[in-house]
Amino acid sequence: MTSHFLTRRKLLKSASVLGCSAAASPFLTTLTLAAMPGDARLVVIILRGAMDGLDVVQPRGDANFARLRTGLESNAQDLDGFYWLHEGLADLMPLWRAGQLAFVHAASTPYRDKRSHFDGQDMLEAGTATDVAPAAVRDGWLNRLLQAMPGSAGETAFAIGRENLKILSGRAPVSNWAPNTRMALSESARRLLQEAYHDDPLFADSALEAMELADVMAREPAASDGNTAKMQDMMRAGGGLSERALAAFAADRLNRDTRIAAFSINGWDTHRNQEQGLKRALGRLSQAIATLKEGLGSNWGKTTVIAMTEFGRTVRENGTAGTDHGTGGAMILAGGAINGGKVHGRWPGLSEADLYDRRDLMPTSDVRSWAAWAMRDLFSLERHVLENTVFPGLDMGGDPGIIL
Amino acid sequence: MISTATLAAIRFGYGLGPSAGAHPPETMLAGLALPDAMAQAYPVKPSHEAVRIARAYRRAKRAAGKAGAKDNPDLQEMRTNLRAAAGLGLVQGMARILETPVPFRERLVWFWADHFTAVARNAVGKAVAPAYIDEAIRPHVAGTFADMLKAVVTHPFMLSYLDQASSTGPNSAIGKRRGRGLNENLAREVLELHTLGLGAGYSQDDVRQMAELMTGLTVTKNGAFEFNPRMAEDGSETILGRTYGGGRPTLADVFAALDDLAMHPFTARHLAQKLAVHFVADDVQDSLVEHLGAAYLASGGKLMAMYAALLEHPAAWAPELQKAKRPFDFIASALVALNLPGKRLAGLEPNELNRLLFRPLADMGQPFMGSRGPDGWPETADAWITPQGLASRISWAAAVAGKAGGRAGAPARFLEQTLADAAGPRLSWAVRQTNDPAEGVTLVFASAEFNRR
Repeated sequence: MTSHFLTRRKLLKSASVLGCSAAASPFLTTLTLAAMPGDARLVVIILRGAMDGLDVVQPRGDANFARLRTGLESNAQDLDGFYWLHEGLADLMPLWRAGQLAFVHAASTPYRDKRSHFDGQDMLEAGTATDVAPAAVRDGWLNRLLQAMPGSAGETAFAIGRENLKILSGRAPVSNWAPNTRMALSESARRLLQEAYHDDPLFADSALEAMELADVMAREPAASDGNTAKMQDMMRAGGGLSERALAAFAADRLNRDTRIAAFSINGWDTHRNQEQGLKRALGRLSQAIATLKEGLGSNWGKTTVIAMTEFGRTVRENGTAGTDHGTGGAMILAGGAINGGKVHGRWPGLSEADLYDRRDLMPTSDVRSWAAWAMRDLFSLERHVLENTVFPGLDMGGDPGIIL
Repeated sequence: MISTATLAAIRFGYGLGPSAGAHPPETMLAGLALPDAMAQAYPVKPSHEAVRIARAYRRAKRAAGKAGAKDNPDLQEMRTNLRAAAGLGLVQGMARILETPVPFRERLVWFWADHFTAVARNAVGKAVAPAYIDEAIRPHVAGTFADMLKAVVTHPFMLSYLDQASSTGPNSAIGKRRGRGLNENLAREVLELHTLGLGAGYSQDDVRQMAELMTGLTVTKNGAFEFNPRMAEDGSETILGRTYGGGRPTLADVFAALDDLAMHPFTARHLAQKLAVHFVADDVQDSLVEHLGAAYLASGGKLMAMYAALLEHPAAWAPELQKAKRPFDFIASALVALNLPGKRLAGLEPNELNRLLFRPLADMGQPFMGSRGPDGWPETADAWITPQGLASRISWAAAVAGKAGGRAGAPARFLEQTLADAAGPRLSWAVRQTNDPAEGVTLVFASAEFNRR
């Protein structure tokens, strides 16, 4: 599309064709510096498993709430007299008071009725509506954002962790790495391997990026790397990476050339014993946000964090002290760049007639429109690009003013 | 052009090796019909024993806590035993692969274990996880799908994982007395993931009715399966237009619905699609899927008929290697290529196993039995061959080559015995550039040809 923008990946490819090692290329640093698209930082956290928005941001001002949620109790804190915040996010109250934390209530993707996690997450990450099958969409909305951003290069966006994040996959080059990954390989083995990969583009491209990233990490020991004991602490039992490790790594990259980072947090599918399960998941999210703030330092002021989930949960408790798959849910916004201290979104009410399908919170806005407004303000994108390319077919509606 | 023998080993087994199970295509099905020798040779702890170990640990821990001691040698030993029981799933699983004369069986066990993914929530659950596969999946891979489905849906591990164990009919005796109610989780996934497939013509009402029908499936205090009619919802339930139950609730009502679901044309199509995608290509031909689905239905739901249909279809023998091995299969086939004896692997110390298997699997994106949801692991090559994922594979290859490379011998010979005619000319050239056996092993294991199938 833009032939005059030589992307990092293309450059790396041509470098390897010429037989010179990517790591030794003298052009890279300059190119990276030249390719910095603005100063704003965006972090998208996917909350996999369907977060119960009603329990996280509790509408205690709605008379029906107490009737519907008798068993799910927590020491919530008053946000604005109508909404109360679940105790699992209590550590973020200082951010709320500083105007650096906000919520959107009763929002959802356009996904309806089938209530499948996997389809719901596909649609959330694809950023499409129901007119296309989510599985048929191969690229994610953050990748389409990159395609529309002038000067975006391979390190502009980072998918962090060991999973392949659909939200960032697509035509525009992105980086994908997990904290603590190393690649120890002799120079000769590298060269031979690149030659052997030549006819398989998937392996050739991945290897080239892997070698380059491994070199970058080796040159600039990341703030999150620290000593071995600290990294051990960041590994969860079973070998998973802790949210702290992901967030610290994200902050470190965002302090350099990266402007967009994405990772996911699991554990929101609270069909049973929600009181315990949700508190645990919120603790992880809270820690991720706190770690981002700490790691970003002065860059926190330019940062927007958007945490979003595939759908909400039933307004009534189920028979096992939990909730089942629903529709309308909540989004969480944080960062020094946001106009926080507010719960956005039109409250639909909780009377029987107000519900979706007589069981779920009625969605009153599209999660994509909030993300779109944030991106317009952060990256100065035109509205038509957001409505046609990034989120095809979206009507963004009026400006909700979520960014300062 | 890759020979059929090479394809059979790579695509339907764990690749070639000095003593890899020889399996010309015509004997693959016959091998499945033989008794399963590997399950006995490399056993895991059965459910009841794993539960006993786990509970004893929990009791001892509580007692130690009450006595004011955080830890003691006895407790440490029990914890080691608990972790070892959990680890057996991977260690014995790999040992079986290294020793089996029927690699296709092991591939099928892991395929169906992924189809019926269940994940442990805690240390106790982890100890039972290997038994779940050996008890609910493994005995049925050459049987009928309906039997496997019923074994899964009545296994305590699945009942706990998808919350069925506590789901209670609101109008059942226990539901009324204790104010308990339904939990839709397992019922939804049975329809969406295990049988019909997403969007296959069922509604929220069907999910609800299925959840009501499945009440009563639960787990006893001792961790065993039980059908408890006092938890089962009264009255009949209608799923996809068919009515079940109505009298005194019984397990037979649930099984009748599962039998019908197993033989539903949507289920046949869903299973055929998954099997074809798993073994052949990420984008699979419709004709292959239809062929598999038709064979399944015509046989009355026999899995062997579906495998036979797969192996007889020309699309299954396309010479292009289109799939990427998942990390588990990548590591397994490398150990086969290195001719590591199963007994040696099973005898490794916990920290060695961590370095060789557990940690690398997590680094490559597939922590053992740690799928993020009940939909199992991704199939597509681009989900695994990411910069991060490939870097972890290359690092593992180099680390293993450094230790075992000496025994692998001359690089060119190692390439020939590991990939035979699947090695492309560029890989053959690259391997010939080195005399260092370790570098040879690294190149072979890191190669696209070795990582594909």
